[in-house]
Amino acid sequence: MSNFSRRNFIKAGVAAGAVTATGFTPFAIGGSKKQVVIVGGGMGGATAAKYIRMMDSSVEVTLIEANKDYYTCFLSNEVLSGERTLDSLKFGYSGLEKHGVKVVFDYVSGIDAGKQMVNTKGGKSFKYDRCIVAPGIDFKWETIEGYDANEAETTTHAWKAGSQTATLRKQLEDMKNGGTFVMVAPPNPFRCPPGPYERVSQIAHYFKQHKPKSKIIILDPKAKFSKFGLFTSGWQRHYGFDPSNPTAAGMISFVNSENGGTATAYDAKSKTVTAAAGKFKGDVVNIIPAQKAGAIAFGAGLADDKGWCPTEGKTFESSIHKNIHVIGDAAVASPLPKSAYAASSEAKVCAAAVVALLNGKEAPHPTYVNTCYSIIAPGDGISVAMVYDYKDGKIVKVEGSGGLTSTEFDAKLRAREVEYAYSWFKNITGDTFGG
Amino acid sequence: MKNTQTLGVALLIGSIAFSGASIAGEASAEALSYTCAGCHGTNGASGGPAMPSIAGMSLAYIVESMKDFKSGERVSTIMTRIAKGYDEDDFTKMGKFFSAQNRHSANQSVGSMAKKGAKLHKDNCEKCHTEQGTVAEDDSGFLAGQWTPYLRYTLVDALDGSHDMGKKMMKKLNKVHEKGGDQDIQALLDYYASLK
Repeated sequence: MSNFSRRNFIKAGVAAGAVTATGFTPFAIGGSKKQVVIVGGGMGGATAAKYIRMMDSSVEVTLIEANKDYYTCFLSNEVLSGERTLDSLKFGYSGLEKHGVKVVFDYVSGIDAGKQMVNTKGGKSFKYDRCIVAPGIDFKWETIEGYDANEAETTTHAWKAGSQTATLRKQLEDMKNGGTFVMVAPPNPFRCPPGPYERVSQIAHYFKQHKPKSKIIILDPKAKFSKFGLFTSGWQRHYGFDPSNPTAAGMISFVNSENGGTATAYDAKSKTVTAAAGKFKGDVVNIIPAQKAGAIAFGAGLADDKGWCPTEGKTFESSIHKNIHVIGDAAVASPLPKSAYAASSEAKVCAAAVVALLNGKEAPHPTYVNTCYSIIAPGDGISVAMVYDYKDGKIVKVEGSGGLTSTEFDAKLRAREVEYAYSWFKNITGDTFGG
Repeated sequence: MKNTQTLGVALLIGSIAFSGASIAGEASAEALSYTCAGCHGTNGASGGPAMPSIAGMSLAYIVESMKDFKSGERVSTIMTRIAKGYDEDDFTKMGKFFSAQNRHSANQSVGSMAKKGAKLHKDNCEKCHTEQGTVAEDDSGFLAGQWTPYLRYTLVDALDGSHDMGKKMMKKLNKVHEKGGDQDIQALLDYYASLK
């Protein structure tokens, strides 16, 4: 079937809600419809659910998600600076229901790969032909002594947006002018590589306006980080940072691995982080620990010894269990980063593969994109983008494509990057959760 | 965009002749186009004011725009970087996909100078952007119902010299601006926002 006629089928499928996009019979052998069960309703899981229904409305899609509302991590750093409300990051699942996705609010307790069954804490079982697991991230609590899930309710990680985002904002508001904010950055790989440094930017923006005597100390187990030159020159532009002397006491002090920035312990009582360089006491402390795939990935035996889920880049089918696909931050999809846009892109590739495989066809040739914006200050944004292809069994960057915001961008173009970031937010959330 | 109609046809023929040799391999029109949705909205219907809706634009306009982004002839923050990941054959696939979608009108507020803008449009723009900038067949970009912030960027870039939009358009645009200043540019934008 040509691309042209297939596209028309898709349009008709969306409009009528009944026609199959691929033209295959909607009924499986034995008369029942093909079943896809998706575990996790974040950017990856929700996008996969919607796009499978758009591609082939004969496939029954059940999405199992623990929470009724989803808060995007992206742009949550603007909640910390007071530039946006937590509510503006909140999305529900009614849009997916309009696409015919069955949304079930429950915890997944296990996946039986042999019986092709997903079981929930609520006592339900869901049989699948194909299962897509998008569990997001969990934390390696053991890497920082004295810090755990319980303490994180007070000394936040705020690396899953929601109540901890609100807690951290409140702590920053309550902090005195002249206080110190200590952020412990995570080691690679982790969700949203530029995220910790956008966080520092946004908190510096808040301090500059309301608490200008305050300091920010970044303790980092890495030497450098994503968009390094763009962030550090932005900090120099706005907040008092000396790239030639990064640990100097401007508003922002960056203590990297080479300068002893690797944190090993935390004393909650005195709010003191122990790193190789010494002890750092904060008035507000934010610890973003080392990360691994979300818990269900381990329960289902989908993760490797490094804590992430190996996948096949053409279909995102698990390298460990057949008929189970893993997408989003939990998947090993390098060189794709652990970002929302990459999760969305992986979801669409996975959806197309699942629809093809369910219809007895080969998975189509994939193509992927990542785009990621960071806001350094109001009217000053930066971005990174990349186009990816699939070659010789691997996801590869398309040579010559993508890259960072040019250092030659003037104020006009950097201001546009912020407007594009906001429009990107509207469109990617609409593309994921919209009806 | 210069002489889009003729260029568009020539390029379309070229693309078909070389089909299959694209950078993105055998990726389908759908697969390529779905990756655009994160910024341009599902099937190219944008909900973000700075990002244009690309649904329903003509094949020639999309291909020509992508080529101009790729070469850097059309100024952009990010499209140049993205366009470099594809070749003409990929652009043609994307163009076919988005040109088959319905045009999408932005849900946005309308300024007070739409009436004046209507006259300015009729006198200066209507010849190329026919039927109030609503039809794809003239191979020019949509104006009616397109997001105002996006259209403002394109006009600002043309006026400050960062994007040469071709002799014909630059002559008309400069004429409008010299005579009526930023206010008349805003009037045009108000008019386009008032159309659905």
